[in-house]
Amino acid sequence: MTKNIMIVGVGGQGTLLTSRIIGKTALEAGYDVKISEVHGMAQRGGSVVTFVRYGEKVAEPVVEEGQADVIIAFERLEAQRYSHFLKKDGVLIVNDCRIDPMTVVIGAKEYPEGILENLKKNHKVYSIDGQKIALSLGNSKVLNSVVLGFAAPYIGFTKEDWLSVVEATVPPKTIEINKKAFVEGFEATK
Amino acid sequence: MAKKTIMLGNEAIARGAYEAGVKLSSAYPGTPSTEISEYLAKYDEIYTEWAPNEKVATEVAIGASFSGVRSLACMKHVGLNVASDPLYTFAYTGVNGGSVIVVADDPGLASSQNEQDTRMVARSAHVPVIEPSDSQEAKDFMKIAYEISEEYDTPVIFRTTTKLAHSQSAVELYDRVEVTDKEYSRNVGKYVMMPASAIARHVVVEARENRLAKDAATLSINKMEMGDTKVGFITSGIAYQYVKEVCPNASVLKLGLVNPISKELIADFCSKVETVYVFEELEPVIEEQVRAWGFDVKGKEVFTRQGEYSANLLKRVLFGNDDCVFEKQESPNRPPILCPGCPHRSVYSVLNKLKIHASGDIGCYTLGAVPPLGVVDTCVCMGASISALHGMEKGKGKDYIKNWVAVIGDSTFLHTGINSLVNMVYNKSTATVMILDNRTTGMTGHQDHAATGKTLKGEETYAIDLAELCRAIGVPNVIEVNAFDVKELERIVKESTQSDELTVIITKAPCVLLKGQKFPSVCKANPEACKKCGMCLKIGCPAITRNQDGTIKIDQTMCNGCGLCKSYCKFNAIETVER
Repeated sequence: MTKNIMIVGVGGQGTLLTSRIIGKTALEAGYDVKISEVHGMAQRGGSVVTFVRYGEKVAEPVVEEGQADVIIAFERLEAQRYSHFLKKDGVLIVNDCRIDPMTVVIGAKEYPEGILENLKKNHKVYSIDGQKIALSLGNSKVLNSVVLGFAAPYIGFTKEDWLSVVEATVPPKTIEINKKAFVEGFEATK
Repeated sequence: MAKKTIMLGNEAIARGAYEAGVKLSSAYPGTPSTEISEYLAKYDEIYTEWAPNEKVATEVAIGASFSGVRSLACMKHVGLNVASDPLYTFAYTGVNGGSVIVVADDPGLASSQNEQDTRMVARSAHVPVIEPSDSQEAKDFMKIAYEISEEYDTPVIFRTTTKLAHSQSAVELYDRVEVTDKEYSRNVGKYVMMPASAIARHVVVEARENRLAKDAATLSINKMEMGDTKVGFITSGIAYQYVKEVCPNASVLKLGLVNPISKELIADFCSKVETVYVFEELEPVIEEQVRAWGFDVKGKEVFTRQGEYSANLLKRVLFGNDDCVFEKQESPNRPPILCPGCPHRSVYSVLNKLKIHASGDIGCYTLGAVPPLGVVDTCVCMGASISALHGMEKGKGKDYIKNWVAVIGDSTFLHTGINSLVNMVYNKSTATVMILDNRTTGMTGHQDHAATGKTLKGEETYAIDLAELCRAIGVPNVIEVNAFDVKELERIVKESTQSDELTVIITKAPCVLLKGQKFPSVCKANPEACKKCGMCLKIGCPAITRNQDGTIKIDQTMCNGCGLCKSYCKFNAIETVER
């Protein structure tokens, strides 16, 4: 069976690197892997989505509506925006933070209240305050490693599998703090 | 022994060029093609450059081919429009060393101004088109593209789409095979396209295309995968993957060569399959030819010419339902926006304050069209900001453009804006042109250009001085100003738009995402001093939002410290503090 993972967030939150780490981990485990990324205009602070699919043989590189096993959302509104991509029993991992889109900042739209509560009515939702943990480690940039660590048990593979790929993927200077961030997220799942 | 790895489609194309022994590549950045050149630049064996535009890039590749080496030019679909002049005649001359033009289409418009289909251009230019469906094919088909180019004496278009260019899949790597440079010998009938030669070459072009169309029946990149014969698909590129996803057992005619297409293969396939669907994104290029040959197929009447295809689209057509389980939740849009600390925001805040319309262009600064800045009125194509403003003045008179400027980026100005400015000088324009000089090609992910002082290979080079360039062609007023000096900028814009002389204002400040360009401090809001006037929100910085009580707050992890908000706060409610 092909496993379908989506990573959604706001351009600049590190979703691209997260999808590459998931893809590499699946590849190391011997799966056929396809990853679909977003480059160009959409990256500029807009709503971004990347896909990772792995299994024995993968055809299309994208995950479509109704197919996602796991969605990792780096922001609440983005979790809501893509929640219909989940399968019936899919899992929604949410980094519990709010980033107002410009439509909200200028007062044209309202940021929805009670997003997580609403999503929980239909889906299995697990949330974490990744920003808080990242800041406690002294670097807000490791947010994606915290969130990935938190999501990892819902995807599969061992902690060691993940950590070796994190080590091989993040910039050399940030290996230690990223691994720490991953473990903090991973432990928070329990 | 082949090494297996996972590669972005664009990286695989670069690898394919490398393995094929390509010696030269020239390109202009354009999503989704940009990364090809960035990966090519890592190979010492390949000379790789950024050209100022796609026409130049293609002509460079033509020259290299004439001289006898394998050459490459890369661009996005709209870039091919700029390069179509050399393309159409390159089809006549043919090649010496093999030559490939990679063109990346953007169905779904992830980062483009239109959704045109390169196969249509290729058909009218009589240039073969090869289309891969994953990274492995992207690499392997590149090598075949060079073989076809040399065997049939023709440039070849290598067509990709966004989903292929920007998705990663497994690839087996092989070593580079060095190709012996071809001898050059003078041949007026082949390389000098004056009427007498071109008349003769047109005959050659038609014969060549007919020969390739015939040979296409046995070409390895065209594959017939026979399975269930009740329903079958003629498809190519990424669309093939959706077919495999939905109907793994159906019969498929997968075309790797999508122009010209093999009538023999089509006839054979249609004779074996009951119901044939042509599943191709964008225009019905294959479908119309197949229908013209008298075969009964289904195509655009059930699918669409618009956007990207998907497995769900195919399921809805075939089975009447898709995989959707949950309803889509209405959510406020989150369109792309200028980054915190972007110098364009500063320029636009001034234009917004002065209620000036901007004739816009292609780049990050196109985002100045949306609220709250909302100053960009038009965006058509690269360089059009300047020429369109000129058309407005000459059409409606000079008073009409007293509240208009043209805005264009440094890279776009060098791409095709310079021609338009020459036209303004020549035809006595009184307009104001603003070059938003952020020292890079921003939207495509920070590529160098002729005014940055660095080549694609990272070598130091002469940096063209934009102000001197404008003066040299005769622009009477050329003013350089710091993009963040809003007071000075306001004064200059007011003065120049009212004057009856052509003015170029070059606003200078590097893109905040360039290495080493971070401001030393960050901004901090003081809620006690804040009067909730909302002036700082008018600049549309994503780091600034309101608290519950209406006072403002600044997200310091997002803020890049440009201080633009501070310059618009009358109550000293924003200060800059050490990072």
